[in-house]
Amino acid sequence: MKKMMREAIREALAEEMRRDEKIFLIGEDIGHYGGTLQITVGLFDEFGGERVLDTPISENAITGAAIGAAMMGMRPVLELMFADFLPLASDQIINNAAKMCYSYNGQMKVPMVIRAPFGAGMRSGMHHCQNLESSFANIPGLKMVMPSNAYDAKGLLKAAIRDDDPVIFFEHKMLYGTRNDVPEDDYIVPIGKADIKREGKDITIVAWGVMVPKALNAAATLEKEGINAEVIDLRSLKPIDEETITNSVIKTSRLLIVHEACLSGGLGGEIAAIAAKNAFGYLDAPIERIGAADTPVPFSPTLEDAFIPNEDRIVETVRKMF
Amino acid sequence: MKGLQKEDYLKMFRQLFLTRHTEQTMVDYHRHTPITELPHSSIGQEAISVGTCFGLTKEDQIVPSLRTRGAFLAKGVSSNSMMAGAFGKDIPETRGKNTSHHMGSTEVGVISGTGVVGAHLPVAVGVALAAKLMKKDYITVAYFGDGATNRGDFHESLNLASIWDLPVVFVCENNLYALSTPVECNMKIKDIATRASSYGIPGVIVDGNNVLEVYKAAEEAYDRARKGQGPTLIECKTYRWRGHSERDPRDARPKEEIEAWKEKCPVKQFRAYLLSEGIASEEEIQEIEVSVKAEVANAIKFAEECPYPPSDILATNVYSTEEAM
Repeated sequence: MKKMMREAIREALAEEMRRDEKIFLIGEDIGHYGGTLQITVGLFDEFGGERVLDTPISENAITGAAIGAAMMGMRPVLELMFADFLPLASDQIINNAAKMCYSYNGQMKVPMVIRAPFGAGMRSGMHHCQNLESSFANIPGLKMVMPSNAYDAKGLLKAAIRDDDPVIFFEHKMLYGTRNDVPEDDYIVPIGKADIKREGKDITIVAWGVMVPKALNAAATLEKEGINAEVIDLRSLKPIDEETITNSVIKTSRLLIVHEACLSGGLGGEIAAIAAKNAFGYLDAPIERIGAADTPVPFSPTLEDAFIPNEDRIVETVRKMF
Repeated sequence: MKGLQKEDYLKMFRQLFLTRHTEQTMVDYHRHTPITELPHSSIGQEAISVGTCFGLTKEDQIVPSLRTRGAFLAKGVSSNSMMAGAFGKDIPETRGKNTSHHMGSTEVGVISGTGVVGAHLPVAVGVALAAKLMKKDYITVAYFGDGATNRGDFHESLNLASIWDLPVVFVCENNLYALSTPVECNMKIKDIATRASSYGIPGVIVDGNNVLEVYKAAEEAYDRARKGQGPTLIECKTYRWRGHSERDPRDARPKEEIEAWKEKCPVKQFRAYLLSEGIASEEEIQEIEVSVKAEVANAIKFAEECPYPPSDILATNVYSTEEAM
C-alpha cells in the first residue's frame, strides 16, 4: 500500500510504542499539537502524556533528559523541531550520549533516537534548512541514518529504535509528502547497509536523502544517452557501508557522490577516500562530488534553487566523466 | 541528631576522614610522582558528599561533579578503584577509558559525569524522569559547583525537573570560586539558593562544612522527592582549600581567607563534636583513623601495582555491540 513518508514515520513510532512500553516520545509541541511538522499527530491520543512528553523550549536539557532516561532502561525517541537545533543539543549528544558506552567500558548503553527534520527547499531560511550530518560524522559512539523514501523511513526508524546506541534519524522535510509502498508487516531496514536503488554498469552515483530521487531521475535521463548509471542510496551515514560502495565502483569504474550538504567538508569526501583506497586501480576517471554551495541556505526562491544540487547538475557532471 | 545511632556517627566520621585522607594522599603523591589524572581536590568540602550520601540506598543514583570524590566513596566505589582509576590504570569500572572523577558505576548507582561543567544536570533530570515513568522509587542526587549555576544547563534542568515534579535533588557546593573568579563576579545574587524561586521549588541554604546540617537538609529534600513532591535545590556554603586543580599556577585567593576557612574544617569540626557530645571516645576515633590510613595506603599500593589497560582494548565498547563499526 502506498504511503507518504510522514505516515510511515508515524506508523513506525506507533507500532514500536505498542510493542515496547519502554519507548516514549519527548520533544517540543509533539503532544496534542502533533509536532510542528505534524509527524506525531494522534500519538498523544493513543499513548497519553506520559509517553508523548511535551517539553519547554530547552533543547539541551531535553536531550540530556532523554540520555539519562535511556541510561536507566527507557528507550526515548527525541524529536528536535528542526535539525538546525542539533547545535543546541550537541553538547549532550557529543559529550554525553556518544561517550557513555565507552566511559563505562560497555557496562552502560544509551538506546535513544534523535529525530531531526532537515533539508532545504521549503523557503524556510538559513536556520531551518541545513544539512548537518557531517558535523556529527566525526563523533565515535553515534550512528546516523537518513531515509530517501517512506519504505526505508519506516524500516530505518524501527531499526534505530531497537538499536542500543544513540542514533540520529534525519528526515528530509521535502520527502514527507512522497509516497511509495509500505507493507503492513513488521520489518526493519538494517543500520549500516546501503541500498542499490538502481543497478547499472557505467558509473556509480552515491547519494542520500532527497538526492536519491534526483539521482534516479538523472540516471533515467542518462540512460537515453547510453550511460547506464548505478544509484546507491547510502541510507546509513554512520557507519558507512564501505563494501557496497567498493563493489559498485569496482564494477563501474566511475564514482560520483551527490549530497545536499555543502560541498566542503561534506561526507562526499569520506566516500571518495573509501573508493580511492579500495578501488584505486579500477577508476577510469577522477572521482567527482556534487554538494550544495558553500553558503548558508538562502531564503529567496531563486537563491535557494541555485543552492540545492539538481538533476541537471548531476547529468552534466556525469557526461563530463566520460 | 534524631534517628542517628552511634554507629551512624562513626560511619559518617569514617567517610569524612576517608575522603580527606584519599584526597590528601592523592595530592601529595601527585606532587612527587605525577599521576595520570590531574587531581581536582575536594579538600574542605567533604561534609557535602558525606552528608548527602548518608541517607541514600544502593538503588538511588548520584550524578557527581568534578569535585565530589567523597560521594563516589560514600556511594560504594572502592578506594582501590578510585585511586587506581586516577592513576589511569585498568579498573573494572572504566578500564582506563575515563578519568576517576567522571567515571560511572552501574554496581553502586553512580552516573558517569562530563568534563563540561554543569552538563551532567540534564542527564540527572533524565535519570529521575526514568524513575517517574517506570514507577521506581529511587531518587537522583546531582552535584555541581557555584560556577555551574550560571550555565543554561542548570536553569533548563531545574525548570524541567520542577514542571515534572521529578525525584531529583540538586546539591550546589558553593565554594565561593568558579575556576579563578569569585562568585560575586559571576552573579548579582548573594545566595544561589534563591535561584530555586525561579522554578517554584524550595531552595535551602546550609553550612556545607557541617556534615549533620547537610545530612538534615538532604533528608528533608529526599523525603520530598520520595513522596513525589519534586526537586529541591540545596546550597551548601563551603570552600576548597586547594586551587581549582593541582595545576593552578595563579591561585589568587587571599591567604587569610584560606586560613580562616581551614579553621572551619569539616573533618576536625565533626571529630570535636563526637568527642564533646560524648558520642565517641578518642580511642574509637583513632581506631577509625588508623583503619582509614591503612585502607588508603593499600589503595596506593594497589594503584601502583595495577597494570595499565592493554592498548588493544582501545576500540572496544565504543558501541554497545562490537560489530557496529
